Amino acid sequence: MLRADGVTVSYDRHRVLDRVSVDVPPGVVTGLAGPSGCGKSSLARVLALLLRPAAGRVSVDGTDVRRWRHRAAPALRTRVALIFQQPRLAVDPRFTLLDVITEPLRVARQPLDRAERLAEEMGLTPDLLVRRPHEVSDGQLQRACVARALALRPRYVICDEMTTMLDASTQAHLVARLEDYRRESGAGVLAISHDTELLDRWCGTDSSIRHLERLWTRT
Amino acid sequence: MRSPSRLRVEGLTVRFRLPDATVRAVTGASFEVRQGECLALVGESGCGKSVMAHALLGLLPGNAEVEGSAWLETGDADPVDLIAAPEAVLARTVRGRRIGLVPQSPATHLTPVRTARAQLAEALRELGNPASADDLAERAGLRPADLDRYPHQLSGGMAQRVANALALAGDPWLILADEPTSGLDRPLVDATMDELRRLADDGRAVLLITHDLRAAERVADRIAVMYASRVVSITRADAFFAGPRHPYAAGLLDALPSRRFTPIPGRPPELTRLPDGCAFLPRCDRATPACERTPELACADGQEVACHHPLDHPFDHPITPPEHPLDRNAAR
Repeated sequence: MLRADGVTVSYDRHRVLDRVSVDVPPGVVTGLAGPSGCGKSSLARVLALLLRPAAGRVSVDGTDVRRWRHRAAPALRTRVALIFQQPRLAVDPRFTLLDVITEPLRVARQPLDRAERLAEEMGLTPDLLVRRPHEVSDGQLQRACVARALALRPRYVICDEMTTMLDASTQAHLVARLEDYRRESGAGVLAISHDTELLDRWCGTDSSIRHLERLWTRT
Repeated sequence: MRSPSRLRVEGLTVRFRLPDATVRAVTGASFEVRQGECLALVGESGCGKSVMAHALLGLLPGNAEVEGSAWLETGDADPVDLIAAPEAVLARTVRGRRIGLVPQSPATHLTPVRTARAQLAEALRELGNPASADDLAERAGLRPADLDRYPHQLSGGMAQRVANALALAGDPWLILADEPTSGLDRPLVDATMDELRRLADDGRAVLLITHDLRAAERVADRIAVMYASRVVSITRADAFFAGPRHPYAAGLLDALPSRRFTPIPGRPPELTRLPDGCAFLPRCDRATPACERTPELACADGQEVACHHPLDHPFDHPITPPEHPLDRNAAR
């Protein structure tokens, strides 16, 4: 379980999260909806262990996250992957797509041969992998970002408005690939979006979610 | 009777010559946008739709090769060909005055160090419009007090309205909205679309470029679909959402979460390596050897589609020709 317990986040004096608690169980998709500015992305960064909350606790599979600097220790952070809304802001513009995908493997000193299979699963052909971000479309770049997120086989994947920029077909494709990964690995997915129609379809329609605090899950 | 055409694009082709390849971004695009109408141009990212917008504004980079024409009505004088006109003419008489641009990201479109009022007043002054910033803001749904704020103090919706007001400062005939909603949440998307609808209902012509089919559904009278640099279908919006005849358009609709949520198999071709014949052939389950020839845009049951094997129309009644958009407004 990836768990945020009573998390508070403030920027200067502006409080965006006030004692929010969220559980992201493994093996299921959890949907998180809410309007612009309600704190969805701040919560995503806390759960991805990239932002230290002002108060509250975060735990990964029962291990409390301690000794944050502004983010948590790498050993814990690699268990949670984050996919951002805007791929162009999330990659180094000097990297080729292959560099983007292999970056976590290089940092973690793991063999790089996994990258090509990941790329292939995401529908990226070898000729695309040698290109840089300005030479590919948003959809192609986001595919590389999803491959990068899955490179270290995270236990939890947080998708923060992953498909807002993308057309319907690319959206359906990326969601299908993440579902493949979830079923095969038993990972937990947190799908964050303002698009409740998407969340309904991705997470199941047994209940609906409108606000940050209300979550819905699907096994 | 059809309302007069405001923009008539004929055979527009844009290529970029690179050292080792040629990018064919727009190929032989022809369409028109009429007064009081909103035409939505939809397609996947990288299909060439933004290049089309830049071509119409004369903002293409220097290595672009452009053919064809894009006639913009000016009302009093002869129509201007946006493709052939010199930059001085575009800058002096077209951009801002005849074509208003609703930008992709209003928050970054505005100057961060000046108030909304200062920016609106400058636009009005430069364009020689005697109206006051307050009047313009009110028309765009802003309170005069909102204008004294800096862009970072505006919510996304208010920034969008300021951008709309700026686009209207020169009282343009044609509104060009290039992905005006990417990154906005659904209520804000809906509000932006309703603003565009209002501009069309006022008798302007609106060309909306978007990847968001639901946004297009909310505002558009007609839908043009672009695939691999070509316009492959132009359809009345209601017929499009009821049952598009082009297999690619049908695939795009089927990918929506509210429908089958199934991606189109395969991926679009590179614009540097467009195949001969129908570019959708490798992804299409209706393909036959006939598809090795490039299909031309042709009318079939009220939908213009470029396909040798269009899907059957789900309507069992005949399609009536498009009505006059102003008549429809009067009926509202």
